[in-house]
Amino acid sequence: MNVLDEIVQDQLRSDLPELAAGDTVRVSAKVVEGNRERIQVFEGTVMRLRGGGITRSITVRRIASGVGVERTFKVNSPRIEKIEVVRHGQVRRAQLYFLRDRVGKAATLRERRTRG
Amino acid sequence: MGPVTAMSIGLIGRKVGMTSVFQDDGTMVPVSVVAVEPNTITRLRTTLRDGYTAVQLGIEPSKRLSKPESGQLGDLPKVATIREFRVDSVDDYEVGQTLDVSLFAAGDLVDVTGVSKGKGFAGHIKRHHFKRGPKTHGSDHHREPGSIGPGTTPGRVYKGMRMAGHMGDQGATIKKLRVVRTDPERNLVLVKGTLPGSRNALILLKKA
Repeated sequence: MNVLDEIVQDQLRSDLPELAAGDTVRVSAKVVEGNRERIQVFEGTVMRLRGGGITRSITVRRIASGVGVERTFKVNSPRIEKIEVVRHGQVRRAQLYFLRDRVGKAATLRERRTRG
Repeated sequence: MGPVTAMSIGLIGRKVGMTSVFQDDGTMVPVSVVAVEPNTITRLRTTLRDGYTAVQLGIEPSKRLSKPESGQLGDLPKVATIREFRVDSVDDYEVGQTLDVSLFAAGDLVDVTGVSKGKGFAGHIKRHHFKRGPKTHGSDHHREPGSIGPGTTPGRVYKGMRMAGHMGDQGATIKKLRVVRTDPERNLVLVKGTLPGSRNALILLKKA
């Protein structure tokens, strides 16, 4: 294994589910408020996956109080408590930027049927 | 080699490449990885004999040293690469001693010296960040350098005029980079940010 991969080996997480664009996920991220640390849950659609190895990240989009909110998480970050996949969406592309132009029902994705 | 930045000891290494690591507080930092095999002190320079004080370090075993080079090293390991670090006093060092990555600790600041990547004969836009002229609308002034000075008086171009020419492949020192982590098992130093030169380039790490 190359040295650059070895260095980050112990920081890579193996406890994460398989993620794909279109999935609805619930990300529990640790947030520091003053001296207190609490867990903030952000639920939305995975709009894109980016990077590989230690720098792998996901951008999650949701509509909060009528405003579109996108948050990007480094999936291997120690600040992420857990990521749960709530639902698989049926999509035909890797980057779902078209969701930015859609609101309401138009912004929902069909559910992907898992082939048994 | 390179400009004298600080009177302090350092180490010779080679650039491995770049990656990112998470810090204890969860933030991610970009790091350059430097492989620093243990350095052997091959000679001490003293004011009395040499007119200055420095520690001479060597790395990388070589089978192809000339007799004079080999003779200089004597019973010491035959090293191919030798560099000197200016220090205020050589009292703490002795010939034959080895220095390794334990010289640095996470959080230390280091000055990093290397040779920048060669860019060949580069135009003024790449080399001096000049602006280019319009590409269209009848412009004939696409990547021209513009005026290089007055006419008959002085009748010459001033020295130091920024023009196209050779770029890169010259000594470069980046000061005060933070050591993010050291890895004594693999003999690595992780420094925040970018370093001059390509992979496998010789890198000098010096305490800032």
